[in-house]
Amino acid sequence: MLSQFLQFLFSGVTVGATYALAALGFTLIYNASNVINFAQGEFIMLGGMLAVFFTQAGLPYPVALILAILVPAIVGVLVEKLAIEPVKGAETVTLIIITIGASLVIRGLVQVWLGKGAHSLPAFSGDTPIAILGATLLPQSLWVLGVTALVVLALWYFFARTLQGKAMLATSFNRLAAELVGINTNWVLFMSFAMSAALGALGGILVTPITLTSYDVGIMLGLKGFVAAVVGGLGSGLGAVLGGLLVGILEVMGAGYVSSSYKDAIPFVLILLILFFKPRGLFGGKSTDRV
Amino acid sequence: MTKSAYFGLYIVMAILLVLPFLVPNSFYLDLVIRMAINAVIVLGLNLLIGFAGQISLGHAGFLGIGAYASAALPTHFGWHPVLALGAGALAAGLLAALVARPIFKLKGHYLAMATLGLGIILNIALRNEAAWTGGPDGMPVPAMGLFGFELSNDKHWYWVVALLLSVSVWASLNLIDSPFGRALRALHGSEVAAQVVGVDVVRYKVAIFVLSAVFASVMGSVTAHYVGFVTPNLADFFHSIELVTMVVIGGMASVYGSLVGAVLLTALPQALATFEGWETVAFGSILMACMIFMPRGLVPTLAAKFGKSQ
Amino acid sequence: MALLDVQDLSIHFGGVKAVQNVSFSIEAGVVYGVIGPNGAGKTTLFNLITGVYTPTSGSIKLDGESIGGKSPNELATRGVARTFQNLQICMNMSAIENVMVGAHLRLDRNLLKAALRLPGIKRRDAELRVEAAELMRFVGLEKYIESRADSMPYGALKRLEIARALAMKPRLIFLDEPAAGLNPRETIEVDELVRKMADSGITVVLVEHDMKLVMNLSDRILVLDYGKKLAEGTGTEVRQNPDVIAAYLGTQA
Repeated sequence: MLSQFLQFLFSGVTVGATYALAALGFTLIYNASNVINFAQGEFIMLGGMLAVFFTQAGLPYPVALILAILVPAIVGVLVEKLAIEPVKGAETVTLIIITIGASLVIRGLVQVWLGKGAHSLPAFSGDTPIAILGATLLPQSLWVLGVTALVVLALWYFFARTLQGKAMLATSFNRLAAELVGINTNWVLFMSFAMSAALGALGGILVTPITLTSYDVGIMLGLKGFVAAVVGGLGSGLGAVLGGLLVGILEVMGAGYVSSSYKDAIPFVLILLILFFKPRGLFGGKSTDRV
Repeated sequence: MTKSAYFGLYIVMAILLVLPFLVPNSFYLDLVIRMAINAVIVLGLNLLIGFAGQISLGHAGFLGIGAYASAALPTHFGWHPVLALGAGALAAGLLAALVARPIFKLKGHYLAMATLGLGIILNIALRNEAAWTGGPDGMPVPAMGLFGFELSNDKHWYWVVALLLSVSVWASLNLIDSPFGRALRALHGSEVAAQVVGVDVVRYKVAIFVLSAVFASVMGSVTAHYVGFVTPNLADFFHSIELVTMVVIGGMASVYGSLVGAVLLTALPQALATFEGWETVAFGSILMACMIFMPRGLVPTLAAKFGKSQ
Repeated sequence: MALLDVQDLSIHFGGVKAVQNVSFSIEAGVVYGVIGPNGAGKTTLFNLITGVYTPTSGSIKLDGESIGGKSPNELATRGVARTFQNLQICMNMSAIENVMVGAHLRLDRNLLKAALRLPGIKRRDAELRVEAAELMRFVGLEKYIESRADSMPYGALKRLEIARALAMKPRLIFLDEPAAGLNPRETIEVDELVRKMADSGITVVLVEHDMKLVMNLSDRILVLDYGKKLAEGTGTEVRQNPDVIAAYLGTQA
């Protein structure tokens, strides 16, 4: 009983950490530009796929991994420059559709270039499962959780303590005011896309040794990351992390205890519930419009 | 309504009348029928996206409801296909109303998120409940019969769909230039202004969402009977995106734009059929290019260029 | 009984008390002015009475009926119309359609009838188009009758909003800074327009910064400052009120 519960918990938190990283990516971009970036999932996919590509190309593992984070960051910036900047200030419909278009382009290119096969990566510290209270925990899971925790801490520090971080926060509250005090809001936008992409890619890399990667993992991961961001409260960093973990845990528990064939539906049932009962998310605030 | 507004409709009808005789073979006839079916769906979706300014990212789910109602109800329960079509439409409408009311009370694009979730849940359900739906492989659909006359011939379907399309265009044109339509467009232009003149904003958004869901469901049933087979792909996320793309490219808030968008984007996958991965790239690139250079869509942009107004 | 009766009305936005314990009443058929420095709460007051905001406390009664917290579209059914300081025009529609939308509640809004273009709907729409054109002439916009809203200048759009409000055939209309952004000649035109409206029997409540305009037009004036009522009375009374002079008008009046 307990061991099964623990097993699900470990699984849930592991996958939840990936969702958390994706949700953080959504939140960063949403805060900087009010755009819901539907291409976020593809950054996750790029992380895993590029790590595989660079490794297979003969590069040393650590180098491959670093490149697999840097390249998506560059792709993120490209998306910002080519897709978002040209239509600054457009209607929300337009922005959502553009990011969907960008996601299709990225996914299609990867499909053509790297094929439709599934790939894996070697686990960072071996495959021997660790036994805890009757449940098994993969060492890679510990890596996922550990790195995610570090990243979240680093981000917290960045936003709370550094000038650049505060500049980004200021932009998310009031773009015009931020510009007026001399903050380069274009740079903020640029950075937010680069960081989001890097976060997503990192998540993708971390989880590939466990769940494999392929050209189309981005869709579901991205959508579920989006659900996590909304559940936590769109715009709240803490909400993104907790939302991600919650979605991951509920998904695995639901699949384990209720119905495994509806596993993928669980996050979406969750988003409907949140929208009906607590639309601002668990940690979002209220707001009023000036007329 | 001025003569010129219906003028476009007459042209469309003229084209529809002549088309079957110009079409070289049954492959192209099939393509044209699919274009017309998509055109009707897109008309309904455009009322929601273009006129009322709301987004549905799960519209293919409503297609699936209609399609599978037409497949499962006659097959498992012996229902008459027309009844099944009605049941599907009713189910789609009710579901839309149920989801829409709480969502529309919120400000912002929460409908996009809700429809996203709904569409995916529907798709997964269709894949899982193999006993009712045939699972991922789908199931065959009994032929549609009316008053003893069975619709099995492609040519028959062409005329049915052409009629449906003409009626839909006519109804849409009427709707737009009516108190209801003006209220809808005002809602998109300035929700506050609409409220202040007495438009019950929530009710209108719900109404148009339900209408577009019913359009989709009915056409889902039509597709099911026409093709003779349904698979869950009909109701997947990518299909929902395709439909939104048709609205956006043809022209949001443009009746004829809906037709153009449907025609172009039904033909495109055929043209790119041999370049699988490239099809996705092409789709995405077209979406991006369109939003950057022609955000209002083809028809409105061209119409503005030539000095006319819709 | 007064047409509009406001008692102890307040609204707080977090710590900001935008309107505090404001009480006043408006008789039918008058022109009632609301003045005060920027940030005094004038537009907030309008938003409270027209349903855009919900009061934190206090009551608003229209013809004896409590309307505080009702939504704007419900207030529209009771004959309350308004224009906006920041213009809320539907740029996606033509000028005349913007006016026609004002008549929304007076028409058959049935979806099915509209889709089928039943003759009743068609006829009413044609009549409405004529009426809307008339209203545009009434407010001085004859040359824009065929225009699209997004091609009209600011001053014209302000008057378009008034035409839209008039299309509601309201008994009470709130004009939020109708002369803002207008040059002296245009301001005189607004003055004449408001007089015409008042003469036709509508009760007009207006917020304005242009002192001359408000003093000329209004039968009674409410002065707000920092969300509180500073004074109320005729133009002469208000002009001579020492608190008002100190807070707002300066030493010369």
